[in-house]
Amino acid sequence: MTKNGAGLEVAGLRVTYPGKPPVEAVAGVDLTVVPGQIVGLLGPSGCGKSTLLSAIVGVVEPDAGSVAWDGVDVTHTPIHQRGFGLVFQDGQLFPHRTVAGNVGFGLDMAGVARAERDERIAELLEVVGLAGYGGREITELSGGQRQRVAVARSLAPRPRLLLLDEPLSALDSELRGRLATDLGQILRRYSMTAVMVTHDPREAEMVCDRVVRMRDGVLL
Amino acid sequence: MLRRRSLHPAWWALAAVPVAFLGLFFLWPLLTILGRGLIVDGHLDVAGAWEVLTEPRTGKVVATTIWLALLGTVGSLLLGVPAAYALFRVRWRGQKAVRALATVPFVLPTVVVAAAFSALLRPSGLLGHFSLDQSMAAVAAALVFYNVAVVLRVVGGTWAGLDPSTVAAARVLGASRWRAFREVTLPALMPAVASAAAIVFLFCATSFGVVLVLGGTRVSTVETEIYLQVNQFLDLRAAAVLSILQLLIVGLALWVADQARKRRERATSGKRLDGTRAARRKDVPVLAAILAALGLVLLPPLYALVERSLRTASGHGFDHYAALFQQPGRSVLPVPVWEAAVNSLETAALAAAVATILGVVVAHLVTHRTRRSALLDTLVMLPLGVSAVMVGLGMLLTLNQPIFGVTIGGSWWLVAAAQAVVALPLVVRSIVPTARAIDPHLRMAASSLGASPWRVWRTVDWPLLRGTTGLALGFAFAIALGEFGATSFLARPDRPTLPTAIYRLLGRPGLENIGMAFAASVLLAIMTASVMMASERMRTQVGADL
Repeated sequence: MTKNGAGLEVAGLRVTYPGKPPVEAVAGVDLTVVPGQIVGLLGPSGCGKSTLLSAIVGVVEPDAGSVAWDGVDVTHTPIHQRGFGLVFQDGQLFPHRTVAGNVGFGLDMAGVARAERDERIAELLEVVGLAGYGGREITELSGGQRQRVAVARSLAPRPRLLLLDEPLSALDSELRGRLATDLGQILRRYSMTAVMVTHDPREAEMVCDRVVRMRDGVLL
Repeated sequence: MLRRRSLHPAWWALAAVPVAFLGLFFLWPLLTILGRGLIVDGHLDVAGAWEVLTEPRTGKVVATTIWLALLGTVGSLLLGVPAAYALFRVRWRGQKAVRALATVPFVLPTVVVAAAFSALLRPSGLLGHFSLDQSMAAVAAALVFYNVAVVLRVVGGTWAGLDPSTVAAARVLGASRWRAFREVTLPALMPAVASAAAIVFLFCATSFGVVLVLGGTRVSTVETEIYLQVNQFLDLRAAAVLSILQLLIVGLALWVADQARKRRERATSGKRLDGTRAARRKDVPVLAAILAALGLVLLPPLYALVERSLRTASGHGFDHYAALFQQPGRSVLPVPVWEAAVNSLETAALAAAVATILGVVVAHLVTHRTRRSALLDTLVMLPLGVSAVMVGLGMLLTLNQPIFGVTIGGSWWLVAAAQAVVALPLVVRSIVPTARAIDPHLRMAASSLGASPWRVWRTVDWPLLRGTTGLALGFAFAIALGEFGATSFLARPDRPTLPTAIYRLLGRPGLENIGMAFAASVLLAIMTASVMMASERMRTQVGADL
């Protein structure tokens, strides 16, 4: 049964890492994000926020609980069929592809026609402030530019939900402030539903509509 | 990050391919050897095996094996450690070329090395009048020739990265140059030296071609004894028992090597820095002495091989090379040497293709470290610990009988299968580090953008692995081209490979046959070297567009 417009619903999610003793990184989390909302997930390092994000996107299999989108359970759907976008801190751009090759990757996977693909790439590069950079190599870009390409790439295939794992924390503080503002604007322009993990309250405030705090595997 | 599922059907389905290959062409043959050695008429016969082990002949070959390996190891270290200093710690012009030259012996097929020393030591050779032919000294010298490159690589890399400021600190505290070397440099170098020693010992203890050719009837190790038992005395049981014995020796050497490697990894876990320094005027005598010693060991055999391949009854010429294209006497070789070369190319091509495809699959499966991937990794590495001779013997024992009504014994591709088993561990070892160096975030990003696991591999892993895989393919091809241990058991007499043809020619009397053997060795060396060079080039070219 689908509930149109319900957005992301996480219920009773638990993730335990094996070990002696096992570590319960996510200890029963309920979280709802309605469409168009940008939620900031704030907490100290090691509180389980990145694991929660990984479980939502499907990189980590939860031990209990469920992840649903518009009322459809996607807990056991492989990552590539979830339609969730993902942006990391760094080290995520394909080094063997140009800027356009990176942004167009998701469109290639979806089998988008060439003309439409090129148009979409140009549009997104413009939106992230890198118009005309399509032919550049990844190695020619600065850290801030790389993160802009990463955002453009994850938005290109029109994901239902965008998950951002500390997207700005690898950048220096001045650049971070400017990019945070831009990021908020870009996400709103596309009315994206998003969850952004960060440990910087100021950054969360600049980008997000709502801030959720997490500690020791649970939301406060 | 971990993907945690209770069952991994896709992983196991893919793993079935290399496991099936190794099961058929390696594990089953190996178990057959064990069975042959220990089981007679359906029950365990330890007494019979014990009888073989306690024969005086067995004791002698075991002693020879260990003694030769020790000689080879000590010799390689005595020459290799100073050479590592001269070629890696100190910088001077032309050093790169000498380094490249010094690694040449290691990429040469064993038969070629054996032929080179044979050319040098035969009664008619440069050092002929010392009558070193078929002596321990001759075999040990060849082992040193072969393994100096290993010491250079392992010790040189560590030495180049040693922090020179610790030596300076010791000198400031009043230590003489020698004291500083003994108290500071040597301890820091020891793990690398120990590791190199263990590897060289292993290589020497499993060395087959060199001992078989140079040792002749007088010097024989466990490896060559296995060959003799099979081919001359037709005693498969004795061969099997000796194989089990060799397995124990090699297992012990491997264990020691692994301990040494772990120590080295711990010792070099810090940040790598450039500890090299430019050569000064007062370094010249030391460097010259070291290089002269290196040259004296490395150059004469190569010179002798080329010279002898050109020496004819009436001076020098290309007669022996021309003879490679003619049919030699039937009792010498059933086909012309060029046909053996073509056989070698065909078999090596198939072996390299199989080893590389399996290697890529295995590398993909073991990139993420899990318990099951460690298990697969161990299985694939096993052939390294089991000498090529045993791979050959095992396949001879198992696959010469019909399997499910199909007779595959004597098929030419059986040789390729054995060569693929031998090459596979090295292929995997060269691809895995590159595969592990790929940021897992790249794969996650690709799958979040809608790429299925297969397309993640196609679009992320493969473009980044292509260069290394090309290199591994080249290495596999070169290894297969020169492979002698397993091939000598499996190649049919009427379809020799180039190495087995060289071995036959070396054993036949007559100046023409020997000359042909040397010419064929030069040919094989050139073939192997060009494959290595081509694959190195391919890597840099493909690597450039990454």
